Amino acid sequence: MKVTKNILLVGVGGQGIILVSKMLTAGLMKAGYDVKMSEVHGMAQRGGSVTTQVRFGEKVYSSIIGKGQADILVSFEKMEAARWIEYLKPEGTVVVNRYEIPSMPIATGKAEYPQNVLEALEKEFKTVTLDAGQAAIEVGNIRTQNIVLFGALVKALNLNEIDWIEILRENLPSKMVDINIKAFQKGLEL
Amino acid sequence: MKKLMSGNEAIARGAYEAGVTVAAAYPGTPSTEILEHMVDYKENIYSEWAPNEKVACEVAIGASIAGSRSLAAMKHVGVNVAADPIFTYAYLGVNGGFVLVTADDPSMHSSQNEQDNRYYAKFAKMALIEPSDSQEAKDFLKEAYKISEEFDIPVLYRVTTRVCHSKSIVELGEREEVGFKPYTRRLDKFVATPANAKIAHGVLEKKLKALEAYANTSPLNLAEYNENTNIGIVTASVAYQYAKEVFGDKASYLKLGFTYPLPMDMIRDFASKFDTVYVIEELEPFMEEQMKAAGIKCIGKELIPNMYELNPDIVAKALLGINTESKTVDTNVVARPPVLCAGCPHRGFFYTMSKKKNTVIAGDIGCYTLGAMQPLEAMDSVICMGAGISAAMGMAKSFEVTGRDTKVFGVVGDSTFFHSGITGAIDVVYNKGKMIPVVLDNSITGMTGHQENPGTGKTLMGEDTIALDPVDVLKAIGYKTVAVVDPCNLKAMNDTVEEAMQATEPYAIVTKRPCVLIKGLAPFKTKCEVVSDKCKKCKMCLKVGCPAISFKNGVSYIEQSMCVGCDVCMQVCKFDAIVKVGEQ
Ligand SMILES: Cc1ncc(C[n+]2csc(CCOP(=O)(O)OP(=O)(O)O)c2C)c(N)n1
Ligand code: SF4
Ligand code: SF4
Ligand code: SF4
Repeated sequence: MKVTKNILLVGVGGQGIILVSKMLTAGLMKAGYDVKMSEVHGMAQRGGSVTTQVRFGEKVYSSIIGKGQADILVSFEKMEAARWIEYLKPEGTVVVNRYEIPSMPIATGKAEYPQNVLEALEKEFKTVTLDAGQAAIEVGNIRTQNIVLFGALVKALNLNEIDWIEILRENLPSKMVDINIKAFQKGLEL
Repeated sequence: MKKLMSGNEAIARGAYEAGVTVAAAYPGTPSTEILEHMVDYKENIYSEWAPNEKVACEVAIGASIAGSRSLAAMKHVGVNVAADPIFTYAYLGVNGGFVLVTADDPSMHSSQNEQDNRYYAKFAKMALIEPSDSQEAKDFLKEAYKISEEFDIPVLYRVTTRVCHSKSIVELGEREEVGFKPYTRRLDKFVATPANAKIAHGVLEKKLKALEAYANTSPLNLAEYNENTNIGIVTASVAYQYAKEVFGDKASYLKLGFTYPLPMDMIRDFASKFDTVYVIEELEPFMEEQMKAAGIKCIGKELIPNMYELNPDIVAKALLGINTESKTVDTNVVARPPVLCAGCPHRGFFYTMSKKKNTVIAGDIGCYTLGAMQPLEAMDSVICMGAGISAAMGMAKSFEVTGRDTKVFGVVGDSTFFHSGITGAIDVVYNKGKMIPVVLDNSITGMTGHQENPGTGKTLMGEDTIALDPVDVLKAIGYKTVAVVDPCNLKAMNDTVEEAMQATEPYAIVTKRPCVLIKGLAPFKTKCEVVSDKCKKCKMCLKVGCPAISFKNGVSYIEQSMCVGCDVCMQVCKFDAIVKVGEQ
């Protein structure tokens, strides 16, 4: 692939984004791509906004992108999709989890959780919505939400040539592998 | 072997390959993982968390004098704390190679300022090396030790958040067994008396001249010419990656990895070949100023901002006028500020203080800085590590002089207390300050991701060790009363604060309860739940600012997946609408 592809993953601290980007980059590297990934972390507390950027192609220079440059935005939380949407290419795809996590101004009643996020996204962008929480519960563990989203990301990017099951096996504790494979496959189907 | 590594991981690997034997640091984003990964090589490298950056730096300098290749690592503001020894060590020169890693944080992702530490190289007269990705972060470090030993000079190794926390593919190498330099007593070299320093300064100036000559031929500085280009770009660090992304083969590049002293002949020669010369560097015009002073025509900060981090987009806009098209959507996105975790032990103290009138609270840096956020807002100042106590001392003295009867509290965490809170506390006792030091002891260095510190009983390398108790330290330095309190017990917390405000003798408070995110620790056995029928909608429980609590369908609601059961909210509810659930 001559052109570099840009993936932006966003969500809330504690949702398991870093693990997904780690497995994503591991798979891309195995497939022979040059890969760069940038994550912003450093605050230990849970609950802040978290982003990671993954870029892959023949030769990648910058590890970060600017506005209007992501080919795909995967949002682990609904409102976060709208926060980062400016980074998506106008013709790009947003994959959004319907899961809501209220931020502090919402929890304390100073602001309201926006009701029209999905409609607003759909109006401007190619939007794929899914309920990763429900899928994870069906699989048997709500904590596999991130892996459901991982599957959805792989599907949206058409990255079928990579053996993702093997990547899951290599990166997860052995007793968690089977349930996560199910979650991943669920994500591929959604 | 190839491996995907962050810049910090790669620096640790580089230290291993370069034959380093001693490494010391104090945690600080974005530098922390350097020493965390150094432990991967504990067979070969002794590494430690020092109580602060000055100590870390001096430990590494001592090891260098003794003959080891050594490394100290810290975030940019940490170098301010460590500045004293480095200025003099530059005069003295090294025995084993010495590298100081400074991790700068353009855009202040997690810092209180975005100072550009390249100026420290010029100021303290050290060599400066700047890698631009993980491969370079590893490889250039090996070169840094050669330079340090060959030119007898400390090396400042400057990385930024995007070098530290970006991952890219690294080809690993073998460890070079460099052994130790022989150690003998050398009064003329390592004893910085005025007489020795006078001579050393002259020698240092000569070393810098020799280094500039070296810089012009250094393998770290490379010109990349592309055909038919009339734009020449002088760049360093991660800005190089952004320049390549934007200009591709439409420009030629002088990519500098060795940036102080600058290879001025090489730059002049490169610049002379182009109609337009851009200097692309993040933050301050460090290279640009020196180039302009040397009479080289170039364009830099006229067009490129000297604030915040760069990215390809900003470079393209500034130099080519290209605006990448982007769209927003029509919805009201609500801010998501960081908050103290559900069950955080700091909450009880700040909730208590949020109710106290006529008090001033000098804060400090750590998770507990979030006590300044809504809805707690129980803080008046945050400056730098340690100032929580010493700035409070100054406030109290000012109020005393001006006859204002406001009570002043100075708040630090346990790691911050050991870092530089202790000296402030001594000042308070010694100079009869009327302020109340408060140490929020959560048994960990929380903010930077849970590192051990002198109070935790464990070393970086995982050994058991003495656990210093801030209570004992405060007593030893002269506090008559040191009240120890569980901050999650609101009544006890309030009583302690009230007593402290009445005290006439030196009185200090130490709150004790571990951070709820410490691995393997399950501090509470039950969770809390709202009995909807009993909830009177008074919203008092929202005032504790716990992210697990929100209003749902008109009543208070506790998200069970987040609640850890600290029961602070339960103590606040006057209507017994919050109850404990689960195993008792
Ligand atoms: C001079 C300096 N060094 C390092 C840091 C990074 N830093 C910010 S807060 C912190 C630790 C705070 O730990 P502690 O005082 O125990 O409070 P906690 O976060 O656990 O509440 C560190 C190391 C800094 N801001 N300044
Ligand atoms: S990481 Fe620990 S100290 Fe920091 S906010 Fe969370 S619970 Fe509190
Ligand atoms: S404090 Fe008690 S009564 Fe008031 S809103 Fe909260 S749960 Fe309801
Ligand atoms: S008990 Fe209350 S304050 Fe404590 S974590 Fe649960 S909801 Fe938050």
